[in-house]
Amino acid sequence: MPFDVILKVLFIVLVGVAAFAPVITWVERKQSAVMQDRIGANRADIAGITILGLLHPLADVLKLIGKEDFVPAGAHRFLHALSPIIAALPAILAFAVIPYGATYQFPGFAPTTLVGADLDWGLLYIFAIGSLATYGSVLAGWASNNNWAMLGSLRASAQMISYEVTMGLAVVGVFMVFQTLRLTDMVVAQDTTFRIFGFLETFGIVQTLPGWLSWLRLPFWGVLVQPLGFVMFLTCIMAENKRAPFDLPEGESEIVAGYFLEYSGMRFGLFYMSEFIEVVVIGALLATIFFGGWSIPYLSQETIIGSLEPTMGAGLATALCMVAHVATFLLKVVVLIWLQMQIRWTLPRFRYDQVMDLCWKIVLPLSLVNIFVTGAVLLLVETAK
Amino acid sequence: MVVPLEHVIGLSAVLFAIGTIGALTRRNLVVILMSIELMLNAVNLSFVGFARAHGDALGHVFVLMVISVAAAEVAVGLGIVISLFRNRDSVNVEDVSLLRW
Amino acid sequence: MSFPAGVFYVFAALAVVSALGMVLNLRNTVAGAMCLVVTMISLAGIYVVLEAHFVAVLQIMVYAGAILVLFLFVVMLLNLRSDAFSPPRSRIAKLAGVALGVWALVGFLGLLPGALPPIAQISPTFGSYRDVGLSLYRTYVVAFEVTSFLLLAAIVGAVVLAKRRLS
Repeated sequence: MPFDVILKVLFIVLVGVAAFAPVITWVERKQSAVMQDRIGANRADIAGITILGLLHPLADVLKLIGKEDFVPAGAHRFLHALSPIIAALPAILAFAVIPYGATYQFPGFAPTTLVGADLDWGLLYIFAIGSLATYGSVLAGWASNNNWAMLGSLRASAQMISYEVTMGLAVVGVFMVFQTLRLTDMVVAQDTTFRIFGFLETFGIVQTLPGWLSWLRLPFWGVLVQPLGFVMFLTCIMAENKRAPFDLPEGESEIVAGYFLEYSGMRFGLFYMSEFIEVVVIGALLATIFFGGWSIPYLSQETIIGSLEPTMGAGLATALCMVAHVATFLLKVVVLIWLQMQIRWTLPRFRYDQVMDLCWKIVLPLSLVNIFVTGAVLLLVETAK
Repeated sequence: MVVPLEHVIGLSAVLFAIGTIGALTRRNLVVILMSIELMLNAVNLSFVGFARAHGDALGHVFVLMVISVAAAEVAVGLGIVISLFRNRDSVNVEDVSLLRW
Repeated sequence: MSFPAGVFYVFAALAVVSALGMVLNLRNTVAGAMCLVVTMISLAGIYVVLEAHFVAVLQIMVYAGAILVLFLFVVMLLNLRSDAFSPPRSRIAKLAGVALGVWALVGFLGLLPGALPPIAQISPTFGSYRDVGLSLYRTYVVAFEVTSFLLLAAIVGAVVLAKRRLS
């Protein structure tokens, strides 16, 4: 296996899975503390050093490993053991196609793209992998031989199938604008700007824009060209993740803990971790599709390398650009994770009929309207050119 | 093509035969529906194999049609299973021989 | 043997074994459904080897991700824990079923040698979503639209059949 592939996989696993996810459990605790006017997780310490409570994830893991690995009577042992793995695996696999940097041409090397696998159907891959995540929660509830768990997995299967449909429809508008499913191409397409009032010129409303109006530019980000699509997609993907306000399958106050009621120790820990890995995946996916991925607004890759190259040489300029891109991407992911935390601790849980109504009566029609309007606008722009 | 077409179509035939045997010998209505799904999948496999052999995307289009027919069939079939279970408290096909002479 | 060919044979073996597991599993409907999931995913892998990338993704999304979850949903809703039915279907009927299946298989396999078309050259974009989408929306658009009516009819039919009271 080539050396750079190993490096990329290591980066994804270490940053995306091993570093982000545990820290997010701490962020979640702190966020809930802020929202509930508490100080929050700050007790776990090693010899009196607490580091703001950052040791809590470590204490969690130690506690979970130490617990009894309990399998209830009458459970299907094989599926009971398998389902936490099925739940966690898709979330980790989804990282494979998310680009965290551009294509860089270091002098003397072949050009390299910072992405695990640059698939032509990258976004479809994520949908396909995501649709398999349903099995984790469905089988967990069935294999536990517990009525509460069964109710939880019934809710999970209905909710996840429904929102998968609308999630696909919500991003169709983005495909239509960027005309690609390859995530690296999608980010490259967003690494540019568009004139806010450019449409006046395209449709011949004015001959040429007056000076300052033609200078007003915005980054060509998915969220700016597809705002409705972004809101719909965020709704659906948060429902897929089954966290509040969509945590009906867990619903502590109604069905105890839902589908993972009969899990203890590290098997429960795997469910718990997969939820947080999914939060990272969602952040990375939203950043890639709607917030320009690694691209720095108003500073395209050619601009950065072109302006740095005369003073410091091609190699160093490319390296600096790469570091800036990866840092930008991680920053966007962090902001989007914070957005999810904010939503999770702001909204109360829906009723189940409200969840289904939201999916089939609000998100689905609005997504279809979004596709229709996007198509009409694209057609108008095409004919006006 | 990396494998001989005979092997692809042979695999398709084997899966189709397994599906046929399942649909004919099992009595659980849900399993019979699943066996029919397996038969449809076997047919899809031969469509994909022939599409590759002819280099024509028509086979892929046909697979999409088969998939949507399968989805429709499952939706209606499972609807029947649910209403049957509600009325007869069973999903055994031998309990629904009301119209058999 | 090249790597893709190896992938094909591994997935082929997996598909046959799990299909047999689905049909022969008499005790547990959910385990049977999970066997069918493995068959579906193996077939998706085979589709990738046969350069049908878009169909492979749809196979996982629609079959493994939706249709079989629907099966599991119904099995769990009806709580079909065991599959022990009585009275059993007569042994003659069972034997006849197996014999018919085997006869069909032997017939198929006997027809195979020499009956297959030569392998054509393909373009690099063969099987991509663009390729399939273009022929779907340009050449076969009528069939595509008719399919949407079929799905609508299926939705209405499923609701009418499964709803307790239509008010």
